Amino acid sequence: MMSNGKVVYMDNNATTRIAPEVLEAMQPYLTEYYGNPSSMHTFGGQVGRAVETARAQVAELLGAEPSEIIFTSCGTESDSTAILSALQTYPDKRHVIKTKVEHPAVKNLCENLDKLTGQQHRITRLGVAADGTLNLDSYKAALADDTAVVSAMWANNETGVLFPVEEMAAMAKERGILFHSDAVQAVGKVPINMKKNQIDFLSLSGHKLHAPKGIGVLYVRKKTPFVTFLHGGHQEKGRRGGTENVASIVGLGKACELAGKMMAEENTRVRALRDKLEHGLLSSIPKAILNGHAELRLPNTSNISFEYVEGEAILLHMNRHNICASSGSACTSGSLEPSHVLRAMGVPFTAAHGSIRFSLSIYNTEEEVDFVLAKMPEIIANLRAMSPFWQG
Amino acid sequence: MWEYTDKVQEHFINPKNVGELDKPSGTGEVGSLACGDALKLTIQVDELGIITDAKFKTFGCASAIASSSVLTEIIKGMSIEDAAKLTNQQIADALGGLPKEKMHCSVMGREALEAAIADYRGVILPMAQGNVVCECFGVTDLEIIRAIRESNLRSVEDITNFTKAGGGCGKCEDKLREILQQTVQAMATEKASQPKTQRLTTLQKIKKIEDVIEREILPTLKKDGGGIELIDVDGDIVTVSLRGACSRCQSSLTTLKDYVEKKLREQVAETLIVEEAR
Ligand SMILES: Cc1ncc(COP(=O)(O)O)c(C=O)c1O
Ligand code: FES
Repeated sequence: MMSNGKVVYMDNNATTRIAPEVLEAMQPYLTEYYGNPSSMHTFGGQVGRAVETARAQVAELLGAEPSEIIFTSCGTESDSTAILSALQTYPDKRHVIKTKVEHPAVKNLCENLDKLTGQQHRITRLGVAADGTLNLDSYKAALADDTAVVSAMWANNETGVLFPVEEMAAMAKERGILFHSDAVQAVGKVPINMKKNQIDFLSLSGHKLHAPKGIGVLYVRKKTPFVTFLHGGHQEKGRRGGTENVASIVGLGKACELAGKMMAEENTRVRALRDKLEHGLLSSIPKAILNGHAELRLPNTSNISFEYVEGEAILLHMNRHNICASSGSACTSGSLEPSHVLRAMGVPFTAAHGSIRFSLSIYNTEEEVDFVLAKMPEIIANLRAMSPFWQG
Repeated sequence: MWEYTDKVQEHFINPKNVGELDKPSGTGEVGSLACGDALKLTIQVDELGIITDAKFKTFGCASAIASSSVLTEIIKGMSIEDAAKLTNQQIADALGGLPKEKMHCSVMGREALEAAIADYRGVILPMAQGNVVCECFGVTDLEIIRAIRESNLRSVEDITNFTKAGGGCGKCEDKLREILQQTVQAMATEKASQPKTQRLTTLQKIKKIEDVIEREILPTLKKDGGGIELIDVDGDIVTVSLRGACSRCQSSLTTLKDYVEKKLREQVAETLIVEEAR
């Protein structure tokens, strides 16, 4: 444990802490200002204005118009809404393109489209290279006349690898195909400017950028046709029913404002911490391998495989030192196979079961990185001493 | 996060008997890197057929390491005959239970032990001679049938939890379902052809239940500072109330099902179901 007794939280791609400024902004809307934004009275109306301020804050971070921002309940809802909207817009087109490394929010929706809609779909699952990057030639070849929508993530949650989604969107646009990007991991970590690209739908989730869990956004480009997913009241201009989660919306707005200010720090200080951690681990521990492209990557994520040991065992030993991270091993996923992302990259089994994802945030310190660097070699060495495959 | 018992944590953090014996009498190796867990067990057997030493090396998660560690503790000092009868449930029990998705770790322990004993005896295990049904995890039909029979598995999901078969691409699921059906059917026919135990009247049944509780169950629970009271018997449903330490104990459900129900089924009627009074 760190001398200050605090947890060393390096699992920010799973979720993040709420920024104190965010909590402070939210508080009044959980107490005094409890009105319904749709109400006629001033008491509710002022709450409605807070929602609009938040909308403007989100739009600002994305380089979008406020009217292009729809608040949803989470990243998963945003993903579902976008893809199902596109399919309803083009009832005659039944082809969907996605990558093999999408988050379950996209993956499992696409796997269940036939059951869900009662229609047959053709799904193209784009493979990735060993470093997790996407090949644009195979993407181009997959675009077809009956393609309704492409869904490709901006950044991968497990490896942090970035996809050239802006280029891909332009290629889709040429063929009249709608383009969705799950940017849940990218927002706040890399600059995004929707004025400079042709992406139709973009998903983000509050809890990945220091806002609460259970709030998300779907960006829908102004002229892009849109079909409502959650029918109900006239909230969000009839595009998403349900009384607004006001406090969380306000929090997300504030978080986006902060993210804009912190973007530079994320790409300098946080990146430097990540690099220090990564280089330290790779140099002090034999048979440690970086998963994913070293440069084309989020500044906060490092996914490293420690060969011949198993991820859950590593995590539980880290946990004893109060260090939090994730693993792509089978045992941690609740399934019996290692993560679909690492498998799509062709990471060998010797390494896939022993992968650990470290994901940092602006709240991490150099002291914490040093602490992790001091603990990891022994954890790995002890487990390897126990492994029948380790010839140390 | 998995809910591991203190015992699992203990054996995971401070595993016993890690390593490899120099000149083992028997070696058992099961699992593979691809499967995500593997165990190499070496045993020393003396001229009287007693296992005098055992060491393990395991690649795998916390419950795989804990299962291996506790296995070596259990078998040290055991005769080969007794060790050959060890079940995976006994390994799981020694750990105070395992999450059901992790039962395959205890199965791996038993398989390694069997392989080590077979190596010591110089025989080839029948299990390895079956046909591979699940290619992802290299599980044979014989292993699956055995798991169904021994642990009374009733669904494909159960089979996956105990043997891993079906936990990968899912291609073998139909085959698993078929094996399950056939095995369950075979078990039912075997049971039907067994001589029927005499049917008990309700009064006889209650008396017998009371008797077993008084004679066997209560004294055992009392040793741990617990107690038990019979509340009601309705058909095959036996309602009891756990007292003292048992009622507060986290593993009271395990006590109820694995101990009380098992005893009553053995000694009164196979069909009894024990429930706790609310
Ligand atoms: C890439 C990606 N997409 C979607 C989601 C889902 O977001 P949410 O948890 O808000 O539904 C996550 C987070 O788990 C993610 O990492
Ligand atoms: S063959 Fe059984 S899960 Fe793939």
